[in-house]
Amino acid sequence: MSTLPNGWEMVVGLEVHTELKTQTKLFCGCANAFGSEPNTNICPVCLGLPGSLPVLNEKAVEFAIRIGTALNCVIQGSSFHRKNYFYPDQPKDYQISQYDIPINGIGFLDLPDGTKVGIERAHLEEDTGKTTHVGGSGRIHGSDESLVDYNRAGVPLVEIVSAPDIRSAEQARGYAAELRAILIASGASDGRMEEGSMRVDANVSVRKGSDAPFGTRCEIKNLNSLRSLQRAVDFEALRQIDLLEAGESITQETRHWDEDAGRTQTMRSKEEANDYRYFPEPDLVPINPTQAFIDEIARSLPAMPAQRRVELIAQLGGDPTQAQRDQLMAAVELNVDSFITGAIHAGVTPAIALARTANELAALGDEIFSLPLDDYVALLKLEDAGALSATQSKAVLADLVAAGGGDPAALAKQRGFEKLDDGSLDGILDEIIAANPDEWRRYCEGDDKLTGFFTGKVMAATKGQADGKAVNAALRTRKG
Amino acid sequence: MSALRTAQDVADGERSASEVVAESFRAIDQRDAEIHAFLTLQREQALGEAEALDVRITNGENVGPLAGVPIGIKDNMCQIGEVTSCASRILEGWRPPYDATVITKLKAAGAIAVGKTNMDEFAMGSSTENSAFGVTRNPHDPEKVPGGSSGGSAAAVAASMVPLSLGSDTGGSIRQPAALCGVVGVKPTYGLVSRYGLVAFASSLDQIGPFANNVEDAALLLEVIAGHDPKDSTSLNQPAPSLVAHLDHGVRGLRIGICSDLLQGASDDVATAVAQAAAVLQGAGAELSEISIPELGLGLSAYYLIAPAEASSNLARYDGVRYGLRVDGDDVTAMNTRSRTAGFGDEVKRRIMLGTYALSAGYYDAYYGQAQRARTLIIQAFAKAYGSVDLILGATTPTTAFGIGEKSGDPLAMYQSDICTIPTNLAGHPALSVPFGKGVDQMPIGVQLLGPTLSEQRLFQAARVIEQGAPA
Amino acid sequence: MSENPTSLSEEDVRHVARLARLTLSDDEVGRFTEQLRGVLDLAADLEALNLDGIEPTAHPSELSNVLRTDEVVASLNQDAVFAAAPKIIDHRFSVPKIVGDAP
Repeated sequence: MSTLPNGWEMVVGLEVHTELKTQTKLFCGCANAFGSEPNTNICPVCLGLPGSLPVLNEKAVEFAIRIGTALNCVIQGSSFHRKNYFYPDQPKDYQISQYDIPINGIGFLDLPDGTKVGIERAHLEEDTGKTTHVGGSGRIHGSDESLVDYNRAGVPLVEIVSAPDIRSAEQARGYAAELRAILIASGASDGRMEEGSMRVDANVSVRKGSDAPFGTRCEIKNLNSLRSLQRAVDFEALRQIDLLEAGESITQETRHWDEDAGRTQTMRSKEEANDYRYFPEPDLVPINPTQAFIDEIARSLPAMPAQRRVELIAQLGGDPTQAQRDQLMAAVELNVDSFITGAIHAGVTPAIALARTANELAALGDEIFSLPLDDYVALLKLEDAGALSATQSKAVLADLVAAGGGDPAALAKQRGFEKLDDGSLDGILDEIIAANPDEWRRYCEGDDKLTGFFTGKVMAATKGQADGKAVNAALRTRKG
Repeated sequence: MSALRTAQDVADGERSASEVVAESFRAIDQRDAEIHAFLTLQREQALGEAEALDVRITNGENVGPLAGVPIGIKDNMCQIGEVTSCASRILEGWRPPYDATVITKLKAAGAIAVGKTNMDEFAMGSSTENSAFGVTRNPHDPEKVPGGSSGGSAAAVAASMVPLSLGSDTGGSIRQPAALCGVVGVKPTYGLVSRYGLVAFASSLDQIGPFANNVEDAALLLEVIAGHDPKDSTSLNQPAPSLVAHLDHGVRGLRIGICSDLLQGASDDVATAVAQAAAVLQGAGAELSEISIPELGLGLSAYYLIAPAEASSNLARYDGVRYGLRVDGDDVTAMNTRSRTAGFGDEVKRRIMLGTYALSAGYYDAYYGQAQRARTLIIQAFAKAYGSVDLILGATTPTTAFGIGEKSGDPLAMYQSDICTIPTNLAGHPALSVPFGKGVDQMPIGVQLLGPTLSEQRLFQAARVIEQGAPA
Repeated sequence: MSENPTSLSEEDVRHVARLARLTLSDDEVGRFTEQLRGVLDLAADLEALNLDGIEPTAHPSELSNVLRTDEVVASLNQDAVFAAAPKIIDHRFSVPKIVGDAP
């Protein structure tokens, strides 16, 4: 964990906006779809046409309550307010949001490192449209013209506001990662930061020692990845410390993270920023979910990441290595741990199930979620039994996912994967050693780094069909 | 020309819808150059619809309770492809891509929209002088205002250009012009008529309602436009009330309170008319009492904070980006500002600024918050009153129609003309205005009947009794 | 802004006009200030009331839980979307450059 100089401590709270996976927008029946042609998912409500009225999507309410339940929030009767400010991406020039009574009140989130981060609220609101800028420099400032696409306007969002309980950039990253895993697990959101379906703003301040009162905070926007979040929070804390140590003061402001430059920059704020003139939205009526509805959602929620990690460790048995712990964290974070559990239940060696799922399967994108578990298990069993090398198994896995399932044995055969007998391995090794005498001499003198060199040559010569373990054993035998 | 009779004649084949609609346009052509009740006419569209209706009737189809009846539509209700400007430069020439729910219901009932009627810009005003496209004149005296904001709709019915029209009532914008023009005007219970497609002024107060020459026609029109609409979240989950069938049930045994607070500031002739209307009700068997609801006196100041607050937000969308007037500028803020400055008239600007101020940081509690609490007091006071009476009787307006230009320079004096109608909107209750004789100036007087939520049936019964007992 | 709610100043009116995206001439500032003061003076009777403990009413409706099912309804066709647009480029609404970020 990075430490700050001279006894300074950072205080961080995160505001996370997540889009909900509803079929339609929050207040109208237009499709909630990413990547459509501009201004096609549009109706009078999306354009803020005179006379149009919002009607609340029941699925968005359900999803919001799912998130609140997963974050241990108090679920309560709530209502909507209007947040008034002019901006061209807002079709009505106000945003329908929740203000004094959010649907989800106080809750908490336990980080894997044991830290408990308070949740202040998780409320429903509508998204804005998207603005692009043409002419000028291409960035917002200095553009000659801006173009607006309202497809995203009205997409349902839940804004999750943490308490200022985070004390390091790593922890900020950990919170965002854990929250994303929870959002995905709850079924309410897909948590894709790159597509902007999950957006993180960080409130950062610093203070001297953990008993000092909170300092003046700055809000950092434009954090498009977990890496940006961690870098930006670190940068911002150090920037504030530098200012304070130079005897200057912090101005409360919104700052923009510049990923390329690696620094935060002040944003031009508007007069309205301090005066949103919130008032109760007169076109909507309150939401009062029944206890039965809330209970039903709680019952239907699947296991959350923390519980799944505990269960996985138990299934692995014994004391997992650090590498395995990392694999396990990643598997849960990426929501692929059900493959591990399924494989272990079917009798696959836990270490293989864990490694193949966390390292290879998780890297293959969203298509993996349509891969039948039985086909995956069949593949791992081939590897487990030694019928396929690890390298071969990985190649067949890619084929299997691309095909959306199938018989792994047949796919292996199509690739011509058949186990080499020891005789042919010997012959290949003879040739490789003869062609690389210097490397062989250094290997025999104890330069173990050359193991990889020879293994790679064997794999190249056999087109990956050799079993890595067998190659290593043969090399060791010959070295004597 | 009764709408009910016309619809029956058309349905029975006694008259053709085409003939009825053509007659309406003849009346408009004859009188509207002077009155200016209409902003736009839908001549071809209306005649085409009438012909189609006539064909359906010939084929023996049931064409609905308003078959062939011409109707005027206030220019703040969206109608596909027809200019809907709210009498504002900022929406000049704007044609909506969708129909308001009331328009859909009218079409289904066989009514024929003949044009969009003049109004105060965005329904803000009490005289129709705030229209960006010229004033409407009172058919009883062209030097007088027709009232507002639905002045065009009231005048069109009063001048017999159409038997029916639709208005919207946020603080009295149906009842006040109905009284000043000598026609019946109804503000229904909040949520009884869908607001979908009604261009919002103050969403928690706005309600669409009918104008007609008589109580029966108004009841018929309200039956057609009322009812639950899933497109309006504040729409009541209620079927349309049955009004026409119960119209002649009388008022025997009905407890009616004459409210002194709805007579304050009333001129002698108006006060006399209310007293005579009360006598008519008593003569028909109603139990009269005098009541006082002093909290209603808070209505005007509460209203002139709440309505502008909501309006300041509702009218933010007129920013020159997606539709409506754009006046270009160097950056988007300049463009927004120039468009709005050029597009809105003074009264609209006044209310937007007032509402912005009432909601702004540091003033919310003193103004908007306090107005909301006063609203609670008014609702509680009404509830208490309705514990001992069934309906309340009072003036609709303190005076008969005033002269054009008489109050237009003095917003406060203008606001005072809504003093009797505002409390109903704050409570969400129904109320109506029925003509009752004339003042010393020979201008029409209206008396107002108020009732609790969903008391429309009783209100219409009492209105019918007053109508039948009114001086010729 | 001024401390005393009843004494609306010309500066208040200018500030509110900026918030509401309106430009006022000096004459208009004077006239509007006077007129708005008149309305706010009306509200003085409200300020004078002790309404502590009275719940505010934002809306006359007593409805709650008005919800629709999550089913896609046909959107507007492109002609209707852009019919009234002052300026379009590449199927997007075009506006002059944006100065400043969203608040």
